[in-house]
Amino acid sequence: MQQHNTAIISIDHLLKRFDSFTAVNEISLTVGTGEVFAFVGPNGAGKSTTIKMLITLLSPTAGDVLIANYDLIKESDKIRRVIGYVPQMLSVDGSLTAYENLLLLAKLYDIPKDERNKRIEDVLTFLDLQHVKSSLVKTFSGGMIRKLEIGQAMMHHPQVLFLDEPTTGLDPVARRNVWKHLLELRKLFGTTIFFSTHYMEEAEEVADRVAIMHQGNIAAVGTVDQLIKQTKKPNATLEDAFIYFTGTTIQETGNIREIKRMRQTARRLG
Amino acid sequence: MDYLQQSVRKAYYMAEMETRKLLHDPTELATRTIQPILWLGIFGEALSRVRAIPTHGVSYLQFITPGILTQSVVFIAIFYGLSTLWERDSGILQKFLVTPTPRLALVWGKMAAAGIRGISQIIVIFIIALILNIKLDYSLLSIFGAIVIVLLGAGFFTGLSMIIASIVKTRERFMGIGQVITLPLFFASNAIYPISIMPSWLQFVATINPLTYMVDGLRAILVTNSFTQLPLDIGVLLVFTLFISILSAYMYPKVVI
Repeated sequence: MQQHNTAIISIDHLLKRFDSFTAVNEISLTVGTGEVFAFVGPNGAGKSTTIKMLITLLSPTAGDVLIANYDLIKESDKIRRVIGYVPQMLSVDGSLTAYENLLLLAKLYDIPKDERNKRIEDVLTFLDLQHVKSSLVKTFSGGMIRKLEIGQAMMHHPQVLFLDEPTTGLDPVARRNVWKHLLELRKLFGTTIFFSTHYMEEAEEVADRVAIMHQGNIAAVGTVDQLIKQTKKPNATLEDAFIYFTGTTIQETGNIREIKRMRQTARRLG
Repeated sequence: MDYLQQSVRKAYYMAEMETRKLLHDPTELATRTIQPILWLGIFGEALSRVRAIPTHGVSYLQFITPGILTQSVVFIAIFYGLSTLWERDSGILQKFLVTPTPRLALVWGKMAAAGIRGISQIIVIFIIALILNIKLDYSLLSIFGAIVIVLLGAGFFTGLSMIIASIVKTRERFMGIGQVITLPLFFASNAIYPISIMPSWLQFVATINPLTYMVDGLRAILVTNSFTQLPLDIGVLLVFTLFISILSAYMYPKVVI
């Protein structure tokens, strides 16, 4: 477990409304530097909307957010340089090779020309993808694709890495492998990892702290132990803590688009 | 200035990757030869025998060749909006939007990519023209001029399609609107008949249709070598393309919401 004294993400009364529907309801929390922070909740809880706002894709209706001391609204360009993002969907280009997918991101992140090749080689080695460097990505397995996406997002050594449901559709072996690399990344660069998931056991296994999100609100935040203790049940799990704080179980709620997207991703990852 | 420099540089990176994709799988180029072959080989050959359409001293096949080239380029460009929606659904677009890349670069990158595919159509049309014995100007200067106009035209229609994509948001709706827009634009232009034979209301539509200027410019360069209208053709395409670039850069990111 690492020390997370300084806050790298500060969220204060963040609100997102779509017409009369409140997707994220004035949530507030802080995430420490180097922390692995899990955002758990069913589809439609507001996890993806929150992440979309934090990564500058969506404007908040109200509230203040600081990421690495940059203001989300006024300094979104600076924030884009210090964050990495791995979407829930498959975001690599199957018609390009692994090397080309990394090269494009290296260029878009303004990595100097004389450093690009070394960075790409380092990323490929780090993720055990060196042997498929010149293969078209459409020939990759789901786990390899996810690793390559993480490679794209870490190319510029971001201070915060946002991952939206990073292991959806992966088998347990591939899931463990992805997390092995993510935790190594945190160890090497002190990268803060902020991820959303609806797999309770995943959050329980890897997260330093967990926020339980339900219907646009944060129902509880704390370490897994803290959350479980509050249930006052013997041998309780994070799933029990979720039920305790929300009064419901994690299940496929959410809208049709989110469920369709999740199932498409799972299908494409094989 | 830095914004513009970044936009040009990063648009080049995006276009470079599109070229790499084409080189990995050039079969797409082969399939794109079918449509111009049908238009020139069947429609053009048949109508050239009717001799009912005034073509101002050139054969009908010569007359429609720039129109068919334009049509091929526009068909490629207009469906770039579809690729935008596909990239949105696969997460690629979100990932690009989270990088420190100007929105204009993403739009220009798509425009350049469509332009590269459009340039391949110049080669296709030249080969078909040689086979059908259609006399065109094959000089280097003409080829250069044709490339400029194809890039501008592809840019305009790519920008338009990206705006449509950001409004309709689903692939199904986009397919319907793409068809509804492309064919009327083609028929309300000077691609396969001159504006002079159109009814007056259609003549008005043709004069505000960017496709007309693209055909006119290509016809001047490849067929008639009459350049009096060429500055107007290029000027109109340039202004339209710049305008739609800015509008598209503003609207395009909304497709992810």
